[in-house]
Amino acid sequence: MRADIILSGVGGQGILSIAAVIGEAALKEGLYMKQAEVHGMSQRGGDVQSNLRLSDQPIASDLIPKGHADLIISLEPMESLRYLPYLKKEGWLVTNSQPFVNIPNYPDIDKVNEELNKLPHKVILDVEAIAKEVATARAANIVMLGAATPFIGIEYDKIADGIRHIFGRKGEEVVEMNLKALKAGYDVAQSLK
Amino acid sequence: MEKQLFLGDEAIAQAAIDAGISGVYAYPGTPSTEITEYIQGSAVAKERGIHSRWSANEKTAMEAALGMSYAGKRSLCCMKHVGLNVAADCFMNAGMSGINGGMIIITADDPSMHSSQNEQDNRVYGNFAMIPMLEPSSQQEAYDMVYEGFELSEKLGYPILMRITTRMAHSRAGVVTRPIKDENTMNCPPDGRQRFILLPALARKRFKVLLESQKVFTESSENSTYNKYFDAPDKELGIITTGIAFNYLSENYPDGFEHPVLKISQYPLPRKLVEKIANECKEILVLEEGYPVVEEQLKGFLGKGVIVHGRLDGTLQRDGELTPDTVGKALGKEINSYYAIPEVVEQRPPALCQGCGHRDVYEALNEVLAEYKDPKVFGDIGCYTLGALSPFRAIDSCIDMGASITMAKGASDAGVFPAVSVIGDSTFTHSGMTGLLDCVNENTNITIVISDNETTAMTGGQDSAGTGRLEAICAGIGVDPAHIRVMIPLKKNYEEMKTIIREEIEYKGVSVLIPRRECIQTLTRKKKASKK
Repeated sequence: MRADIILSGVGGQGILSIAAVIGEAALKEGLYMKQAEVHGMSQRGGDVQSNLRLSDQPIASDLIPKGHADLIISLEPMESLRYLPYLKKEGWLVTNSQPFVNIPNYPDIDKVNEELNKLPHKVILDVEAIAKEVATARAANIVMLGAATPFIGIEYDKIADGIRHIFGRKGEEVVEMNLKALKAGYDVAQSLK
Repeated sequence: MEKQLFLGDEAIAQAAIDAGISGVYAYPGTPSTEITEYIQGSAVAKERGIHSRWSANEKTAMEAALGMSYAGKRSLCCMKHVGLNVAADCFMNAGMSGINGGMIIITADDPSMHSSQNEQDNRVYGNFAMIPMLEPSSQQEAYDMVYEGFELSEKLGYPILMRITTRMAHSRAGVVTRPIKDENTMNCPPDGRQRFILLPALARKRFKVLLESQKVFTESSENSTYNKYFDAPDKELGIITTGIAFNYLSENYPDGFEHPVLKISQYPLPRKLVEKIANECKEILVLEEGYPVVEEQLKGFLGKGVIVHGRLDGTLQRDGELTPDTVGKALGKEINSYYAIPEVVEQRPPALCQGCGHRDVYEALNEVLAEYKDPKVFGDIGCYTLGALSPFRAIDSCIDMGASITMAKGASDAGVFPAVSVIGDSTFTHSGMTGLLDCVNENTNITIVISDNETTAMTGGQDSAGTGRLEAICAGIGVDPAHIRVMIPLKKNYEEMKTIIREEIEYKGVSVLIPRRECIQTLTRKKKASKK
């Protein structure tokens, strides 16, 4: 088993929570894992990414080489495109469809979608809308995790366990809300896949 | 034992606790901050009473760490790379005195400048002070090095500089921890005065001891389990790696190395191992994160003898962090990238948060300064450095911690008017207070804005040393209390703020303006916490 995953988004959107859940699940599976994150200045509304590598063999580099990522998970459509040089030819891109506009020169969303549509394997979904429908807008990142789950290489149930572990200390209500969000994202991805 | 998922920083922190430290001393700075934060949050550290409160700056931190070591206990001192510039006076001389209780200094370097103003490689400092250095290649090695490093420090009698870089500090991996050791008991050195009083006559002796110790340090490196030689068939090339460069090399050879490899993680350079690879291989390639420190040592000024490739001859880019791809390219590997970044993708620079008080400070300041012909605003290090970017474009400089006040002073001395300094509360207590004293002593015509958000915000909201006491500090330094003006940076107060700013710019002397409003990030966190 080997999965190289790039998580991307804008500082504050919650990509590190996604990484934490996958990391927890991977550790329980006895997998090796490396996860490089960005802290500091760029967390203030700038572009952020995390390199997440899982494998049943020891992992050398904390960073994913170009052309090696099996999956890009992005909470923002333009940000998902920033890391395309890292995507495998047959890799999957799973992204939120809703732009996060905090720069004056944010491109025309149609042009962003045009680029996304050129890719052979992608799932594009409005995670905030789905999150609001089933739980709360704050769980948007977990909807995204659900949508990406079919491509990670870890069973759905194990990811759900990861959620129980990570959110456990915040109470049963929060766990249930996030599990609903996870399931909703997962179902959408299955129907689009 | 079961693996735990740790950031490199957290692995170091856990190892320090397990190694029996009695204190960590640090000032926040990316990518080093999480080391101290982890110890602050550790139940075991709390139970043991391990000191972990933030210091005012890196110099006070290192001096306190040295004092704890003097008293026989183990101390950890952490900082980002540029922090070592601040602490350099103590650092260089701790190399002269040596230590008593084990002492490890962590420098977290930031090649590629993810969150820094330069990419200095602090291994240069290690060589400068001539003390042993460690540079881990993995989170597990970082843990083991710190766990064993205090004993090494005590055995050698010197502080150890451990250098990590951003990708080690901020990358997570599974780490196996070891049993916790007892703390040292207090035990001041019997020969303390001979070592810790660096009067010239004694310092000359200490320097000879340090020079003599180099042999012992080198032997320690040669026998270190962190330095490893990997033999391989193709001896046309030998590869020397330092720190995490080893991982990028390994990534490029998933089925085993083709060329002999010398992995270096303890310095000074293990002479025998370096000679072995140089004798066995035709040419040498050096892969190191940061400056060509090892490469320069091997090459010498004239570059005669063994052919050495690396950052100096362009085999690798001279600046920026290494990646598996830059290393692959240096090895002649083909990089297969299938998709380019579409042109539609725009840069997304960081920005001040919506609702941040610094925004209101810059808005009001910009409006007043527009009334003057050639105002200059000297900025400083913190979130408010982002005032350099659009839409504010409000500052003219950002050099080092505290420089806003003293640069504005020098510019004012040269005739610049208005000469304005913008500095944060934590940066002010870190390195601004002494500069303010210079201004007071000469009654410099200067306007200093201490934009007070009551925290060290850029690094995530750590305690700020002067919270609640800034007016008293400024008055104590000698600023006329009539010209210490506090305001609340909010849109509704713009007119009042502008009036005050205008009055104080017009005042011929030292004025300190303190716009005070809590950081929106820490405030939001507090509100969330109080709801629970």
